[in-house]
Amino acid sequence: MIWNDEFETLPREAIESLQLKRLQQTVERVYATVPFYKESFEKANLVPADIKSLKDLRRLPFTLKQDMRDSYPYGLFTVPLEQIVRIHASSGTTGKPTVVGYTRRDIDTWTELMARSFVAAGAHKGDVIHNAYGYGLFTGGLGAHYGAERVGASVIPMSGGNTKKQLMIMQDFGSTVLTCTPSYSLFLAEVAAEEGIDIRGLKLKVGILGAEPWSEKMRQEIEEKLNIKAIDIYGLSEILGPGVGIECIEAQNGLHIWEDHFIPEIIDPDSGEVLPDGEKGELVITTITKEGIPLIRYRTRDITRLLKEPCICGRTHARIERLSGRSDDMLIIRGVNVFPSQIESVLFNIEGVEPHYQLIVERDGNLDTLEVQVEVNEQTFSDEIKELQGLTNKIRKDIKDLLGVTCKVRLVEPKTITRSEGKAQRVIDNRPKAS
Amino acid sequence: MKVEQISIFIENKSGRLAEVSGVLGDAGVNIRALSLADTSDFGILRLIVNDTDKAFKVLREQNFTVNKTEVIGVEVPDSPGGLSSILQILDKNDVNVEYMYAFVERSGDNAVIIFRFDNIDEAITVLMNNGIKIIEGSKLTSI
Repeated sequence: MIWNDEFETLPREAIESLQLKRLQQTVERVYATVPFYKESFEKANLVPADIKSLKDLRRLPFTLKQDMRDSYPYGLFTVPLEQIVRIHASSGTTGKPTVVGYTRRDIDTWTELMARSFVAAGAHKGDVIHNAYGYGLFTGGLGAHYGAERVGASVIPMSGGNTKKQLMIMQDFGSTVLTCTPSYSLFLAEVAAEEGIDIRGLKLKVGILGAEPWSEKMRQEIEEKLNIKAIDIYGLSEILGPGVGIECIEAQNGLHIWEDHFIPEIIDPDSGEVLPDGEKGELVITTITKEGIPLIRYRTRDITRLLKEPCICGRTHARIERLSGRSDDMLIIRGVNVFPSQIESVLFNIEGVEPHYQLIVERDGNLDTLEVQVEVNEQTFSDEIKELQGLTNKIRKDIKDLLGVTCKVRLVEPKTITRSEGKAQRVIDNRPKAS
Repeated sequence: MKVEQISIFIENKSGRLAEVSGVLGDAGVNIRALSLADTSDFGILRLIVNDTDKAFKVLREQNFTVNKTEVIGVEVPDSPGGLSSILQILDKNDVNVEYMYAFVERSGDNAVIIFRFDNIDEAITVLMNNGIKIIEGSKLTSI
């Protein structure tokens, strides 16, 4: 089913002409109202009138997360604060948070795109949507909430945490759709098992999971443990929040980016050059309908590829492949690029190994060391040392084969790796920061 | 004939052994024999206790990773060469010992050794054919 037939199935030429018109309007507006853009366009010797075709987009300078921090809190807003009806902010683990403001029309656009996303994921009027994304400055909770109401579903505004209560509500209220991070969905399954609740037997049918990168193997694990379809949703607060892109339940193969509101590009993260369609690189997004804080060529740091082939669901909007990590999350271990998601896929391929893991990076002299901590469970545990050492050797060898990095594998007791109720913290990097 | 042994995964952290024994003590479980195998990162504690099911349950509830394995207790003459004679019999018959450890209590004049074999049934046959006494599981846990 499709929420907005007219826009979600626009022919490619129509999408592109709409994109050009909206891009030109956005560029003119930011140039006229935001000093940051006026300066950066001038540095690049550009004026808005130079944008004559979509190809000209690549001439525009990038916007970085740092630019948003430098303009903290309202410097990149294009409208006076009195027109802003909502303010959100990112978690800001390093320094000040990044702040975004929404006009009334922005909220309406967001709600529309989340409604499209819910329907694409198989959630409809009549569903009970159990929204376990955090409500607050984080965009997840409210973004999903408004979209779910627009669809006409019954929304339970659970927010994060309080896992036992979540399970009780899920059972008693008959939740059919779960929205949370993928790692939290597995945590729910784990707590349910401890509490003797048959989570597979509940009414849940779909999980709309996002806000952290996850692997195809983890999807299989979630689908098996919760007996649901696990749908990947993409978003980031800088661009909108959840609902920038969504997998359709028909294909579960790539996330449709709503191209009537965003222009996605894939660039080489080192050179900044735009890569041909289908090549892997960093996703860059330009917002073309946002009023509060439009962003030109925002570097998401997410690594993916752009797929423009038609999809079986009938939507014409391009898809991005599920994220293989963020360039921010990428670890460089003795010169080798390592994404936590690659280690995750190795662990998932070994029978019985738990999805709970953590990577500890240290510097020993001039050498980086990587320790992979994996929880032991009853399936992998043995009374014989050689069996357990066989397991650690296998994990070490598989990681070496896939990534070319030698690591130390350490088995730890169950439930000693901190469970996250929001985004899972997979990496602890204790190396001294480069000065 | 066989007796159930409990194994517990223990990270190499101070206080973990004390916690295991504390959990068992609080539940009124008595440890009859134990062995600890360790590597630099983790250890495996193996126990014969007077109430295996209860020990298994309380340890599990405290989030320890536990499993049960079948082992046997063998009477070994408490004199020089006593253990050697039994190991020679096993060796001659190609029975592989995974590990073994001594029981705290004696059985009459004899020492008791716990054996873990790859193939426990074959080991039992070999030992019995050679007149070696295997102690009943129920007797072992209540010595």
